[in-house]
Amino acid sequence: MIVIRNAGVLRANGIEQATVVIKGDTIVSIGRDPAPNGARVIDARGCWLGPGLVDLHVHLRDPGQTWKEDVSSGAQAAAAGGFTAIVAMPNTQPPVDGGSSAMAAFERARAVDTVHIVAAGTLTKGRAGKEMAGFDAMYEAGVRVFSDDGDAVPEAGLLRRVMAYLRDLPGALVAEHAEDRSIAGEGHMHEGMVSSRLGIAGLPGLAEDVIVARDIAIAADTGAALHIQHVSTMRSVELIRGAREAGVSVTAEVTPHHLALDESSVDGLDSNLKMYPPLRGADDQAALRSALREGVIDAVATDHAPHAPAEKAVPFEEAPRGVIGLETAAAVVASYALGDDQRTFFDRMSVAPARIAGLDRQGRELEPGSPANLVLFDPRRRWVPVSFVSKSQNSPFAGVELTGRVLATIYEGRISYEGGLG
Amino acid sequence: MSDQEHNGLISLRGMSRERLEGLLDRAQSYVGSPVTDQLAGATVTTAFFEPSTRTRLSFARAAHRLGAHVMDLSPDLSSTTKGESFKDMVLTLTAIGTDLFVIRHWLADAGEMAAQWSGRPVINAGAGRREHPTQTLIDALTLRQEFGHLDGLRMAIVGDIGNSRVARGHLEALPALGVELTLVGPTPFLPSHNPWEVKVSTDLDDELGDTDVVYLLRIQNERGALDRIPADGGYSRRYGMSEERLSMLKPAAVIMHPGPINRGVEIDGAAADGERSLILAQVANGVPVRMAVISEALGGSR
Repeated sequence: MIVIRNAGVLRANGIEQATVVIKGDTIVSIGRDPAPNGARVIDARGCWLGPGLVDLHVHLRDPGQTWKEDVSSGAQAAAAGGFTAIVAMPNTQPPVDGGSSAMAAFERARAVDTVHIVAAGTLTKGRAGKEMAGFDAMYEAGVRVFSDDGDAVPEAGLLRRVMAYLRDLPGALVAEHAEDRSIAGEGHMHEGMVSSRLGIAGLPGLAEDVIVARDIAIAADTGAALHIQHVSTMRSVELIRGAREAGVSVTAEVTPHHLALDESSVDGLDSNLKMYPPLRGADDQAALRSALREGVIDAVATDHAPHAPAEKAVPFEEAPRGVIGLETAAAVVASYALGDDQRTFFDRMSVAPARIAGLDRQGRELEPGSPANLVLFDPRRRWVPVSFVSKSQNSPFAGVELTGRVLATIYEGRISYEGGLG
Repeated sequence: MSDQEHNGLISLRGMSRERLEGLLDRAQSYVGSPVTDQLAGATVTTAFFEPSTRTRLSFARAAHRLGAHVMDLSPDLSSTTKGESFKDMVLTLTAIGTDLFVIRHWLADAGEMAAQWSGRPVINAGAGRREHPTQTLIDALTLRQEFGHLDGLRMAIVGDIGNSRVARGHLEALPALGVELTLVGPTPFLPSHNPWEVKVSTDLDDELGDTDVVYLLRIQNERGALDRIPADGGYSRRYGMSEERLSMLKPAAVIMHPGPINRGVEIDGAAADGERSLILAQVANGVPVRMAVISEALGGSR
């Protein structure tokens, strides 16, 4: 039995300072009762208690690149970041693109008891962008999120057929990495002030905008549920806003690093700031922050992309793309975007992503009977991340002071992380 | 950062006018000077990962004239040289014994990486599209010799600016020396953004009557420039330095080009070989400028 006292508890009707009692995998009471004998008691005055965080976008690198991360290390990093559920992107080696690879992915996930791992599947066979993946077999194995993450589906005609098929499978989500290759070219950073100055090939925001516009049109035509991954531009935000207003089923996520940083950070050519989509202009960053606050962007997702130190210790243009994010996401979002608003913080970090991924034991407001998937977060704690539980250390926030820290995570009634209780 | 900058020359960005002028003064003092043994016993390694004849030879000659020993590394340019073997090469040459690296590379941060790996000063002899700082100093010295000053000179840089490390070096340093820059070219050749906040024009003829220096750039097809404009010769008609355009210049105006030139594309023979052309003077200043940069980089330790 676990008792958490004095935290601000996220309930259906508001934030309430109360004592939460957890028994088994369930919240049994919320109120002012004294702690029962024999319970583990955590005093959490001034802290936020809410549903465990849900990440729609994680690269576990397992199978295929387990020197970067594996299911076990990724799950521990997720727990340390306050997550109780993560969606594992399917661009493993081999990719999850059919029934057997999906069943294997769920089997690996079930071996982990610190976080709920949901396998995503590809949109196209082999993630090659040529023909449809094995949707029915993956769906039967439990896949609901489909993405060729790393690439958009290149041909509009193929994407139309994909969406027309997936619209018939209840809860299936077409998640797109919006990047037009013919416009993106060999770009290594945002096409903007810094790329112009350093003469490094730029990746224009337009590469994202044209795919977002195309995908919205195809979603409107087919009726499929579209999700735009790691939105990074002002124009994408406006396209999504317009589509929503027109009744198109489109959701969107943004990464913590795109909320916190802009292209100016890349001026020193630190490869731990290289990721796709790249850090954009200051006006894009401002648009992302306000879109998240307004809810035009539904969710924060980390795009946790581990790369080993030696892989990143190379010239900027040769460095692999991607940064880790699980362990700093909550702190970065609180520090740079939503630190003043507990309800919005939990909506964007847990409630909305759980709804998008169709996870019914996640993202629930705390009430007696709710599943005990919880995070305890101190929004005022200052700390400096130095090293990470993840196998990889490629964080843009190493050495950066953040405000807000995950104190403990509870997954299905058991403490999966308590390193922040100190 | 400034300490590291004095320890070699990777970028001109943010360099003080005092240091820039000091380098130009030092270079001027080397013009026509005899060979010295100032750097006797030092080893300078030139490592060129992109083709170059003039720059490489000019650095080697500069090092010789200062009494230094030169190791020239010419990696097999036909094979793909990835970052990791670049690192191995730098570590090997450091272990053999190198006091200074002169590096040309297609990567923008090759200089910083080599300095970090080797702990030796690095002179950037052209890094990607980023900067070619000694070319910028050469051009500044040439203009100072021609006009007697740099303050207030107006220079139009014309052509494939997006691909040009020469232009970027100029943009970082020449305004600090008082030169007013205008970028001229078709939009697909201009950088997407203008962090230097200089004037930008797409009409060369508008600028000619107002400029002291027309600085022409080669179209860098090896960096994909010809995919950005139609192949109908229109570029030469709009931006080529023709005899007719020469006549639109101010009487004292000059023509410059970092070489190699493409006659009939960005420049006609009349402009390249005429009395306004400083192209050979630019080449001649290569050695004294590189002597100045090498001696500055190694000066502290001797």
